[in-house]
Amino acid sequence: MPEAAKSKPKESKNIRIVKDATCTFCGCVCDDMELTVDLDAHRITKAKKACVLGRAWFYEHTLEDRPVVLIDGKEATLDEGLDEAARILVDAKFPITYGLSDCPCEAQRVAVDIMDTINGNIDTTTSVCHGPSGMAFQGVGESTATLGEIKNRADLVIYWGGNPAESHPRHFTRYAVTPKGMFIPNGKKDRTVVLVDVRKTPSTPVADIFIQVKPGKDFELLWALRALVKGKKISEDIEEQTGVSREVLDDLVERMKNCQFGVLFMGMGLTMTRGRHFNSGAIYSLASDLNEFTHFVAKPVRGHGNVTGADNVVSWQTGYPFGVNFNRGYPRFNPGEFTTSDVLARGEADAAMIVASDPASNFSKKAIEHLEKIPVISMDVKETHTTRLSRVRFAVATYGINTGGTVYRMDDVPISLRPAFDSPFPTDQEVLEGICQRVKKMLSGSKARVAA
Amino acid sequence: MPSELKIANGRVYDPANNVDGNVQDLCIRDGKIVDSVSRSASRIDARGMVVMPGAIDIHCHIAGPKVNLARKLMPEDHRLDVHPKTAVTRSGTGGIVPSTFATGYRYATMGYTTAMEAAVPPITARHVLEELDDTPVVDKGFYVLLGNNAFLYKLLKEGRKKEFKEAIAWWVNSVHAYTVKLVNTGSDELWKGRKNANITDVNERIDHYDITPSFVTESFIEAAHELGLPHPPHIHCNNLGHSGNISTTLDTMKAAQGRRAHMAHIQFHSFGGEVNKNPVSGAQEIIDYINDHENITADVGQVMFGKATAMTADAPLAWMLRNVKFDKWVNADTECESGCGIIPFSYQESIYTHTLQWAMGLELFLMSKDPWRVLLSTDHPNGGSFMNYPKLIKLLMDSAYRKEALQHVNQKAVAKTVLPELDREYTLNEIAIITRAGPARALGLKNKGHLGVGADADITIYTEEEDREQMFNAPRYVIKDGTTVIKDHEFATDHKGKILHSKPGYNEDIATEIEPFFEDYYSVKFSNYAISEDYLHDHEEVPTNPKS
Repeated sequence: MPEAAKSKPKESKNIRIVKDATCTFCGCVCDDMELTVDLDAHRITKAKKACVLGRAWFYEHTLEDRPVVLIDGKEATLDEGLDEAARILVDAKFPITYGLSDCPCEAQRVAVDIMDTINGNIDTTTSVCHGPSGMAFQGVGESTATLGEIKNRADLVIYWGGNPAESHPRHFTRYAVTPKGMFIPNGKKDRTVVLVDVRKTPSTPVADIFIQVKPGKDFELLWALRALVKGKKISEDIEEQTGVSREVLDDLVERMKNCQFGVLFMGMGLTMTRGRHFNSGAIYSLASDLNEFTHFVAKPVRGHGNVTGADNVVSWQTGYPFGVNFNRGYPRFNPGEFTTSDVLARGEADAAMIVASDPASNFSKKAIEHLEKIPVISMDVKETHTTRLSRVRFAVATYGINTGGTVYRMDDVPISLRPAFDSPFPTDQEVLEGICQRVKKMLSGSKARVAA
Repeated sequence: MPSELKIANGRVYDPANNVDGNVQDLCIRDGKIVDSVSRSASRIDARGMVVMPGAIDIHCHIAGPKVNLARKLMPEDHRLDVHPKTAVTRSGTGGIVPSTFATGYRYATMGYTTAMEAAVPPITARHVLEELDDTPVVDKGFYVLLGNNAFLYKLLKEGRKKEFKEAIAWWVNSVHAYTVKLVNTGSDELWKGRKNANITDVNERIDHYDITPSFVTESFIEAAHELGLPHPPHIHCNNLGHSGNISTTLDTMKAAQGRRAHMAHIQFHSFGGEVNKNPVSGAQEIIDYINDHENITADVGQVMFGKATAMTADAPLAWMLRNVKFDKWVNADTECESGCGIIPFSYQESIYTHTLQWAMGLELFLMSKDPWRVLLSTDHPNGGSFMNYPKLIKLLMDSAYRKEALQHVNQKAVAKTVLPELDREYTLNEIAIITRAGPARALGLKNKGHLGVGADADITIYTEEEDREQMFNAPRYVIKDGTTVIKDHEFATDHKGKILHSKPGYNEDIATEIEPFFEDYYSVKFSNYAISEDYLHDHEEVPTNPKS
């Protein structure tokens, strides 16, 4: 048991202030936190500028009284845990890794290395959030911008299928709605904000225009907008189909064509409902088309703190963003075939390494049932359904609170983390490197798994 | 115990030391060339083989956000060209934009040991350094995009050249760049702020700043000269790809006023003819100017038929291409710093402009009087993959092959060039200059591009073959930092390679001027912007030579 974890919170003068720390709770990755850290109690007592989600993130990550390693529920040393994890992975015929969106890029890079070495399968939480946007991107590309450019220039801001007030609370105030920018001297007064969703949400009040679309009809609405932008005819029963009148559509089209710099933000209301990558593709295409009239960009509003980093790392190492398989000694990509929920539901994987995510709480029943049957290695900062069913459980330090490293904001801007206080738990990177070294040693020389 | 190696009896091409095919030994100790080694040194018998320094790519796009977007954009291209792992190397995918590991290994398999990433928005430099760390074998550095930087424009508008110079040095230091890069200077503001407009004349005023692209270029060249950067500003001129852009290119070279400047992918800037009409070759005018002006270096940016990807900080250019093809298109605006456009592309023999560009590049090479200053590149992947270099070398060395190739391309385009009349054949020595010694000199890399005592032991050994493409495609040995990475055409070991960067001196007070600008107009905190040296891993600071 880590020594530090035994000490109880108490009044302390041993206070540290960390300026410009980064919150990794969501894809906003705000890097302007001022953290007050009680070094004796090993906790953050104040997180200035943090939103409600950020405060919870910072306050709740204290040092828990947990063993660093459990093997089959029994406490073990770190070395024993690493040995057992390596053995499980090397013995497996179809080992998989999943998660990775809540750890730094330095750890993600090692995870890909392990899977490359053992001819495994690597996938990230992207496959269950904006994976469809990634696939749409492969089909049509995108016009995009960093969030600072949106702050500086966007006079028309459209949110589609998302509720940032609850999921990304500072998206409005730090990047896209209220901030003053270089050519937006008056902040919100200089912008028109449009929200498209199937229902009113806590985000609705921020919008100048709220458009309510019938559930599952986003694609039809987007496609109608594309047609109108190009001056083509659309079906007369558009209102009946989508719930949005022609008048509202015409008005929106005029605003989009005549703004100075427009942005379409899309949420999972588009990617995880009927249409999926068609919806994302439609919104990317709409933004691209609008560049024939003005300057227009589109962006997925990404969820996890470093899911964008995971996309980047897996892409630069393999050429593909998620759902990558190394069985043949080189990377192959096929969503549906190599995405984790599918690999598990079909009962194909015979060992799993889950890093910083909890598929046992949100995958399909079939997938979870299979996960329960195979040896699982997990790394997480908290107890989860997944850690509880794991054969080898590593309790790790929290990224951005106890560890440094690199994370990528939803707009691909990379940021270095400033840890607030030390943890007796190893980092994800250290655990993965320990496994990687062991795996490479076990598969060195003539045992190397070269291409088939 | 020192690691020692002797390469015995090879035919050595080391133009920087006036060695032109002499049979001699090379001695290596601890990664450097030395004058002798002990008897126990390991030995490569290079009898009958051609020995050259490791090659250097002075201009390519191999790492960072735009490259990674292009990777993500083209799964269809990766699946046709897998890069299997070996017992000592990682796997990856190839195609026109390979994964990082495949990039490093593939450069090595062509005898390249150094490659410079040519366009990096500073806010994304961390990403570039992470990817370069995953790009094996080669040494590497990058050029930081500052030519459309909003803060620097503000200083120029205010006439504060001294602070302008200090701020450039701050940026190069903060992101660990090698030198500065200018791309379509002045265009970003029009692209983002005036509904996708573009600069058309180097003497027009840039919106909001009351300065001209020509003045910006001149100011950068002057500042880089004073800071003594090892490589001068690396310039992508305005009007790329537009008919008649030679006048813009000539004006830009004149703005150097005799100071050093590097003109990137000059082929794309050598178009004669009139705007909005078919281009003709302007290669003669451009190469004449370069031949007469020793302050100018250039890489050609040769177009090769087949797959390519337009991948550029020149967003209006990518938009122009998008409106030709209407295929998938990426645009990516970077706050206060840059634009970016990506388009999958292919150059086809039957198309007039494509053939014209192919021929113009060859004209530039063949009419160059100083191989030290007109260097080999395809602007990978813009003119084609770096994997085309062996074929390009064959086109330059073998006039019969070139004449045969001329039969299969658009003849109307050929008629607008003097290519059929050019019989020149590059020698092995000249190839060693345009791929090794020349890039090293232009980059100010004193330990590279040659095989004299003290040089980095980056060495390529080829089996000599009449078919130069075959020869340069598969060196028998590649030695990096004294380690034999490729032995008998196979990888013998993996190798990391290091980051090359420069650290121009400057007055740190400039940071207090830059910080408030960040608070107003950037979306990251100033204190989180500069990149810690942890990201450099193994690295080498290449000295500057400041003018007082």
